Amino acid sequence: MIPAKFDYIKASSISEAISLLDKHGDDAKLLSGGHSLIPAMKLRLSRPEVLIDISGISGMNSITEDGNEIVIGANCTHADIVNSDLINSDLNILAQTAKHIGDIQVRNRGTIGGSLAHADPAADYPAVVLACDAKIVVEGKNGGRTIAATDFFLGIFTTAIAEDEIITSIRFPKVANGNYQKFFQSASRFAVVGVAAVKEGNSVKVGVTGVAGTPYRATAVENAYSGSSDAALHAVDGVEDELMSDHFADEEYRAHLAKVMVKKALEA
Amino acid sequence: METYIGKPVKRREDARFLKGAGKYTDDIKLQGMTHSAFVRSPYAHAKILSVDTSAAEKAEGVVAVYTGSDACGTFGVPCGWQVDFKNGETMREPLHPLLAKDKILHLGEAVAIVIAETLELARDAAELVQVNYEALPAVTCPKKAMEPSAPKVHDQWEDNAAFDWCIGNDRAEVEAALANAHHVTEMTYKNHRVAPNAIEPRSYISDYDVNADKWTLYTSTQNPHLVRLLLCAFALGIPEHKVRVVSYDVGGGFGSKIYHYTEEALLTWASKEIGRPIKWTSDRTEAFLTDAHGRDHIVHSKMGFDADGKIVAHLTDEYCAMGAYLSTFAPAVPTYLHGTLFQGVYTTPLIHLNVVAPFTHTVAVDAYRGAGRPEATYLLERIISKAAKEMNMDPAELRYKNFIPPFNGTTEPGYQTQVALQYDSGNYHGVLKRGLEMLGYEDFRKEQAEARKNGKLLGVGISTYIEGCGIAPSAVVGSLGARAGLYEVGHVRVQPTGKVSVFTGAHSHGQGHETVFAQFVADKLGIPMDDIDIVHGDTDQVAFGMGTYGSRSLAVGGSAIIKSVEKVLEKGAKIAAHKLEAAEEDLEYAEGKWTVKGTDKSISFGDVSLTAYVPHDYPEGVEPGLDFSSFYDPTNFTYPFGTHIAVVEVDADTGKVDLQRFVACDDVGNVMNPMIVDGQIHGGVVQGVGQALLEEVVYDGEGQMVTGSYMDYAMPRADDVPMIETDRTTTPCPHNPLGVKGAGEAGAIGSTPAVVNAVVDALAHLGVTDIQMPVTPQRVWKAMQN
Ligand SMILES: Cc1cc2nc3c(=O)[nH]c(=O)nc-3n(C[C@H](O)[C@H](O)[C@H](O)COP(=O)(O)OP(=O)(O)OC[C@H]3O[C@@H](n4cnc5c(N)ncnc54)[C@H](O)[C@@H]3O)c2cc1C
Repeated sequence: MIPAKFDYIKASSISEAISLLDKHGDDAKLLSGGHSLIPAMKLRLSRPEVLIDISGISGMNSITEDGNEIVIGANCTHADIVNSDLINSDLNILAQTAKHIGDIQVRNRGTIGGSLAHADPAADYPAVVLACDAKIVVEGKNGGRTIAATDFFLGIFTTAIAEDEIITSIRFPKVANGNYQKFFQSASRFAVVGVAAVKEGNSVKVGVTGVAGTPYRATAVENAYSGSSDAALHAVDGVEDELMSDHFADEEYRAHLAKVMVKKALEA
Repeated sequence: METYIGKPVKRREDARFLKGAGKYTDDIKLQGMTHSAFVRSPYAHAKILSVDTSAAEKAEGVVAVYTGSDACGTFGVPCGWQVDFKNGETMREPLHPLLAKDKILHLGEAVAIVIAETLELARDAAELVQVNYEALPAVTCPKKAMEPSAPKVHDQWEDNAAFDWCIGNDRAEVEAALANAHHVTEMTYKNHRVAPNAIEPRSYISDYDVNADKWTLYTSTQNPHLVRLLLCAFALGIPEHKVRVVSYDVGGGFGSKIYHYTEEALLTWASKEIGRPIKWTSDRTEAFLTDAHGRDHIVHSKMGFDADGKIVAHLTDEYCAMGAYLSTFAPAVPTYLHGTLFQGVYTTPLIHLNVVAPFTHTVAVDAYRGAGRPEATYLLERIISKAAKEMNMDPAELRYKNFIPPFNGTTEPGYQTQVALQYDSGNYHGVLKRGLEMLGYEDFRKEQAEARKNGKLLGVGISTYIEGCGIAPSAVVGSLGARAGLYEVGHVRVQPTGKVSVFTGAHSHGQGHETVFAQFVADKLGIPMDDIDIVHGDTDQVAFGMGTYGSRSLAVGGSAIIKSVEKVLEKGAKIAAHKLEAAEEDLEYAEGKWTVKGTDKSISFGDVSLTAYVPHDYPEGVEPGLDFSSFYDPTNFTYPFGTHIAVVEVDADTGKVDLQRFVACDDVGNVMNPMIVDGQIHGGVVQGVGQALLEEVVYDGEGQMVTGSYMDYAMPRADDVPMIETDRTTTPCPHNPLGVKGAGEAGAIGSTPAVVNAVVDALAHLGVTDIQMPVTPQRVWKAMQN
């Protein structure tokens, strides 16, 4: 469990991180909490030649209110999110989700930016950013842009971030009535299925992680919903051909679990 | 005077463990020490077309690179137990080479070792070794391995069987009884493969001293002397008196650190080649791929009952994986440690077990906590519960009906089984009665009926186990194919000042020997525990020993120590009699002194010890010194038993099992330290629950391991288990001086079927009769759909 050789550079600003990314290109990787990247490096599945540590950049770890939005710095740890009064009161669904990530050590190191950039198909946050219609704010050598959550996840470990870009923050609308339901994988305790539901009156937005290779909005559920959780039957409509399968949950069981967890989220 | 036996004395060793100050093999750093990394096969079965080490040899910091083509390629590690075919053919025993030369037979098999100045450089250089493989089809399932079309593991034999063995009554007789039975219950299932997962991975350092022409091997092992014997006499053929094996603290083993592994022998060989010490510590991936696994039996079983519910016959056929090579105890596990327990706690008059043990393209399967006995218990306890359902009887009642009546083994004889053993003493009714009482069985059944009305799926599962421990009488195991004796050595050295060093061949890998052994020695000598030191894990200090496994350390190792303590007291009495000018028969020994009966004339243990070493005024014909060593060879195995009961609730939507209660009433004979026994039971129960609900090694069709990390291999965690409710009955072992039976494996043996019985019970009204372990949410849900 010893990584291949690499160089380490600690970036002190976003612009420095971007120019280092630009300079080293493919050979470099950003390092935030290190709780996805370092395990992969120890197994030599990932072998970057240069690590650009962004964890010390100031201004990337605050949680602030901006009108009707909450802006979360990409370097905020899962624990920062669990412990934020603002999030607990105005974006409670995110605190619920963060609480279910890993264990205390993982939550103290791992960051929301790192998790979203990593795009593990079994990660928890993707369901919530989708259901909340959050926006991922990135900056690159050609300036900044904002990516809608629904455009962000492109596949397993694949996102819309360009090679020279870095996530700086995530903007969430305030959410009054949201709920996250997770069915834990018994070994890793990642999500076999994770479902976030955000309700407003008689409508709902549902984000699903763990089920298909790419986390998705369960639009069929949203369309069928008018207050009854029966809409959960449509949990995997449209992704039937993309269902993931492993020794914990094959396609049939995963599809079933998706329906069960959507139902729970709708009923909560 | 403070006494210790039977008290929850805090573990002395925990002070260093809790401070992170234990001394494990990987903590040792020797001057000039090199580090090593292995090049391991990414295939389960392949031809090695070529190995090119030239780039690795030239890499920074590399000291040496060896492959199967070097001299070490001719050596192999031995198997310690021979189980022949029932038709008389000798067990098929392949060479288990230190490095693969022409062929790969399991995933992770080592092709080369790279030795370098640092671990990092060794790892980097290992990646430069170029191996060309030609992948071949693999077989990992023991039953498929016996199909005519199965790929062969070893080309030299006509099929994959290592042996085909049976035990018990004549097969035809058993079949006839089944044919005439009133009811026959049948089961087909897999007792699946699990990985041992000791928290400390295997770690070895070999240090060859050129000037002394001696080796020191530091190793994380459960049995230093056994490793030395196998290494010297079989693997390398080097002189035993020139090898010292040292094992300080060992962080768990569960059986996996009994065996003499290829890496130990290879490092020993290589350290002489390079004239420097070499260290290797397994990483977690290597542990999954190369530590011997447990279980992996495919079982087909039939049990017949008469109209009254009495068992009339039991017939079982099993396919039990050996892996690619025969590990140290492997052949014994599905045979003499398994078939001999098929009597269980029942009066079954006719039993027959047939075991086909094939080679498979997997790492070896060997003893894992309980070793063969959990597999026997799982079968008996599942099938009897299944039979109870089928015959519409209460599972507790069916057990009571079939129990062997209580016997104490002293005034009442031991119980002779149909499968070669004689049980020492037992009261199986007692533990079941107490277990049911602890649970509140009748109330639970009412609660369950109520819950069912509300759609809640509650279930209770009972298991009443017996196991054979205190391994083992040498002559008996010798006749069963063991290539070693299984006695133990206990040496008591009284120092001139009356302080005592106890040397034992048993070797704690977490069990607490330093505490328990000191407790009973202190009581027997009537001196404080603080005056006693327990020494283990060093072949230069301890005369000999067979190590720790099979719940034998106290029953066999403790008995050896007691023998030496008795010799100390016998000789001490001679010295005391001389000093007190009294006859030996007139003395009594209590509270650390010899007293002339009926007087206040006495002499302390310390004064006698001093006299023994300063023998100025000394009895004639008695040697100076107070120092005795004893070998103890038990006359029988010991047979702990107990009742484990699990209560589960199954989530109807997801199939997830919630283990709500776990009751364990065990009988381990006399108890030296109840806290340590509780700890052993807790750990064992959790391990057994792990197998029932979570853990499984999965290989895919190519022999790739799907579960090679903790991301995919599910270990039980604290929140997977409820508080474990324990109690005990006490039926002393009649044939060893402490009356102890052993507690190390009981938890893992009794718990697994209790949990699965509970899950099946929760779903019985839905028509579920069995679920393959581990009973994962997916499996439970699927069972509910059918
Ligand atoms: C034991 C364990 C259990 C876990 N359990 C869970 C769980 O239950 N649920 C769950 O969702 N996750 C879980 N995780 C993953 C954890 O949440 C990680 O912390 C997270 O996935 C990655 O965040 P990080 O800050 O550690 O990122 P890093 O590991 O530092 O980086 C991950 C990737 O993101 C890139 N990156 C990091 N920051 C940025 C940025 N600002 N902009 C662009 N790219 C960036 C890196 O280059 C790298 O490729 C677990 C991890 C462990 C070790």
